[in-house]
Amino acid sequence: MSSETEVPHMREVGYVSKKTGVRWMPVIGLEVHCQLGTRTKLFCGCEYRFGASPNSITCPKCTGQPGALPVQNREALALAVRTALALGCTVATKSKFDRKHYFYCDLPKGFQISQYDQPYCTGGGIQLSTGKFVRLTRIHMEEDAGKAIHDRGDMTLVDLNRAGVPLIESVTEADIDTAAEAVEYLTSLKEILQYCGASECDMEKGSLRCDVNISVRPAGEPWRTKVEIKNLNSFRFVSAAIEHEIVRQVDAYEMGEEIVQETRLWDANRNVTRTMRSKESAHDYRYFAEPDLPPIHISSAFLEYERKLLPELPSSRRARYESALGLSPKDARNLTAERVVADFFEAAVRLSDKPKECSNWIQNELFKMVGDPELGTERFEELQLKPFDLVSVIELVDKGSIAMSSGRTLLRAMAETGKSAKVLVAELGLAQVQDTALIERWCREALVGKDKIVADVKAGKPNAINALLGGVIKLSGGKANPQVVRETLERIIAQP
Amino acid sequence: MSAYSALDAVGLAQETARGKRSASENIEAAFDAVKALDSELNVFLNTNLESARALARVLDAAPAETRGPLHGVPIALKANMCVEGFESNCASRILAGYHAPYTATFVRRLVDAGAIPIGMTNMDEFAMGSSCENSAFGPSKNPWDETRTAGGSSSGSAVAVAAGITPIALGSDTGGSVRQPAALTGIVGFKPTYGRVSRYGLIAFGSSLDQVSPFARSVRDVELVTHLMSGTDSNDATCLDEPRMNCEICDLKGLRIGVPKEYFGGGLQHDVRARSEEALALFEQLGAVIVPVSLPHSEHAIAVYYVVATAEASSNLARFEGVRFGRRVDGDGSLQGMFAATREAGFGPEVKRRILLGTYVLSAGYYDAWYGRALKVRTLLRRDFEAAFESCDVIVGPTSPEPAFALGSKKDDPVAMYLSDVLTVPVNLAGLPAASVPCGFVDVLGRALPVGLQIIGPHRADARVLSVARAFEEATSFAAARAPRFFHGARS
Amino acid sequence: MSAAHDPKPIRQAGALVASIAKLARLAVTAEEARSIEPQFASILKQFEGLELLDLTGVEPLVSLSGADTVLRADEPEPSSSADQMLANAPERVEDFYCVPKTVGGDE
Repeated sequence: MSSETEVPHMREVGYVSKKTGVRWMPVIGLEVHCQLGTRTKLFCGCEYRFGASPNSITCPKCTGQPGALPVQNREALALAVRTALALGCTVATKSKFDRKHYFYCDLPKGFQISQYDQPYCTGGGIQLSTGKFVRLTRIHMEEDAGKAIHDRGDMTLVDLNRAGVPLIESVTEADIDTAAEAVEYLTSLKEILQYCGASECDMEKGSLRCDVNISVRPAGEPWRTKVEIKNLNSFRFVSAAIEHEIVRQVDAYEMGEEIVQETRLWDANRNVTRTMRSKESAHDYRYFAEPDLPPIHISSAFLEYERKLLPELPSSRRARYESALGLSPKDARNLTAERVVADFFEAAVRLSDKPKECSNWIQNELFKMVGDPELGTERFEELQLKPFDLVSVIELVDKGSIAMSSGRTLLRAMAETGKSAKVLVAELGLAQVQDTALIERWCREALVGKDKIVADVKAGKPNAINALLGGVIKLSGGKANPQVVRETLERIIAQP
Repeated sequence: MSAYSALDAVGLAQETARGKRSASENIEAAFDAVKALDSELNVFLNTNLESARALARVLDAAPAETRGPLHGVPIALKANMCVEGFESNCASRILAGYHAPYTATFVRRLVDAGAIPIGMTNMDEFAMGSSCENSAFGPSKNPWDETRTAGGSSSGSAVAVAAGITPIALGSDTGGSVRQPAALTGIVGFKPTYGRVSRYGLIAFGSSLDQVSPFARSVRDVELVTHLMSGTDSNDATCLDEPRMNCEICDLKGLRIGVPKEYFGGGLQHDVRARSEEALALFEQLGAVIVPVSLPHSEHAIAVYYVVATAEASSNLARFEGVRFGRRVDGDGSLQGMFAATREAGFGPEVKRRILLGTYVLSAGYYDAWYGRALKVRTLLRRDFEAAFESCDVIVGPTSPEPAFALGSKKDDPVAMYLSDVLTVPVNLAGLPAASVPCGFVDVLGRALPVGLQIIGPHRADARVLSVARAFEEATSFAAARAPRFFHGARS
Repeated sequence: MSAAHDPKPIRQAGALVASIAKLARLAVTAEEARSIEPQFASILKQFEGLELLDLTGVEPLVSLSGADTVLRADEPEPSSSADQMLANAPERVEDFYCVPKTVGGDE
């Protein structure tokens, strides 16, 4: 099946083969690795950052020097536990680390410190918008490996900067049926982890990696051989790979071929999955409890402390914005996509009690400012604006002290300079003119030579006055209060 | 002024701190000893004279009030300890040329107290062995009889002290690797409670068994060195916060000495049993009470040890594959081929044997049968001691079933070699403190060979063990005996 | 007694040594294998005593020191420089360790 052919839309009812008319049901599970957003690595004090020069963030511990020992990062445990609570998992009072052995050039100790049979939490899951609940089997903590680079020269190069970074690996049950569900699951997972401050979940920086386990079977039949797909660097690729693989497996079965249990890589250039290695010779990881680390005991005090730090999660906030604040689902979704935005919005609402206006101003103005090269801000939290600042502007506009357009200017100036509304209104002369005498003079000036328009207004043509209005505003340099101008014009025109 | 090698470390430090001698003189004396004895006894794998001299000069210039309890004392370190400026090759070809990029916490604490490392001592490769015959650089020789082993694996460090080259030395004890050489060379060796001393910088063999352990010719030296190394280290999660040790000579009256029948069985050779019984008689004379005890699972200790230690070793040695340090051998040119060729060429036969054994007991399908089981039997071994200590204060017996054996006599029989650990491994399995002190000599073919007495204490009772050891030392004069190949000094 | 224990290995030490050597990345020569096999077998024979013990209800001894959940603060400590870490490397390209080319993926 060529890649140019349109892939049939996968509905929840599975994939109906064009060739045979058989309904095939995909069975999908996801393994997601997330880098925890700690400052330092899991077992040493190296301060990790993405993109650092090679081997500049390492030490005897994370390079596996003989005699070096691991000591666990408290914040990594805290974030892992917070994540588990956010996902509704059962956190184990006692768990442990295990050594997982294999030989590779990016694994300095020849084993990875991970968790095998006593992960720190089990259960939990994520509710999708369709009502489907995707269950989690377990989540465990482990350290990341370094990076092997194969495409520079005729040797493989090894950079151990990433070795030792804390990861959590979450494994779902095979509850997912479609590519769309997989993407929604991942989107929700990312949102939740970001909200908890546990992980950036940025696939481009490698802080979120996803492997897919997928099989298909005719509706009603038992599960068949599953295939693992790796090298999925974006949600888009996850979706494309799933859709491609479903078709590939169905086609193979319908042609009488076998599906082999194996690991396949997603080839983003050709939009296909291809064989990486066979999983038949399964790894013997020779797991045993890590003797250099004592067992992990998570007290109920620790749990309660982390539970208190849990923010209200996106889905709950969206429901609240819609029902209690009267926002549309679209607005609710936009405002909760990032926690900093949601927190900002809620603070602004608390100060102003004007949810719709806050929502509009944030979406229409603040979002535009993010990513504006002149402001140099790439993220929402980099804007030099507090909720109080936004509310000040809203109040000024609502009171008529400044025009709506001036409000936009003011907001931008506040973001650029960090100065307060009051100071900038004075500096930029944005105060709207309310002086009735002044406005009357401008009105009379604007009316000169506009007899035709005046006649239209008197004749009752509804929008005729707008042209006059515009003229007065222009004369005032945008400063006249439109409402007062309108009333003044109407009064003057009505005079005999 | 006394001869350099006539003083123990405490005495030497006092004289040096008071200015009666200089640290530089101590270093020159130590290196005179190296020159006189090292080529015959094969003590050091490498030494660093310049570094030692430089450190000595700094110490000699230090004002009196800053001088620590080990001021100007030369110390020898086992070659599995990481010290910047020294080559730590674990007596293995695979680590030839390895200069650690950091210094072990326990070494730093001793240097802060004034000690001067002079070199890295010979050992069984990766600490696997009881005779030093597994060193890639030939065994060390016993200063009491050069045709015999000095024990192992911390052989060179034991000889450095027994031959008068340095008053103190560090070894590591995983299954007896300091106590047994101490017994075979007639000096004091002490293994602390597991977790007393940080293992950061000790190249790991058996992670749940290893402890840094000092050698000296006096108990007070061993006590001081242990005390200086003790205490929590943010680099070691298994390190306990053990308090300072104040080991007064204890009054033995009423002290209950447990004597396990399993330690006095048929395996004891020559007159080892006689020396041990004489020691027990002396304890009784001094007021102690002998209490028969039993450690019923002792017969399984060797098996448990060799399952657990080899499993951990196979894991700890997985990092030696030619990527980041050590000697690389290319093999067939593939990555995995390079790993296999590097490890094949770099490891000696005993290390390979243990890696294979350890890999086997952890492999899929065998974990429950071997490793899983061994961990449970380990619990039983620990419980044996806990039960015994309900009726006694310390447990005493011979350290080694035999005195120093001839080099080459056990070469082709690894199992025979493993059995020489039978009296020492249970202590590591239970994580307990234990000392070996000289308790006399046996005559073998006309040569007098030292015998050691092992004193074992309950968990964390390090001070008690050393107090009893001190009392025994005080009541006897075995510590004063000097080996035929002892350095009395070119100058004092 | 565990059902996983299989007495076969003691008799088939040869094939066993070869497969274990592969797992452990030890290119054991045929000659070495021949000398290791009987030693292996005799060592394992020593362990037979372990099988006979009744271990019902006995917990494995995993943590020797008895320390409980040792954690450190998430505070940075200075990293070593690339030169320091690469000083012992058998082969190096700029600031990378380098190894024979591999297509990717472990084992």
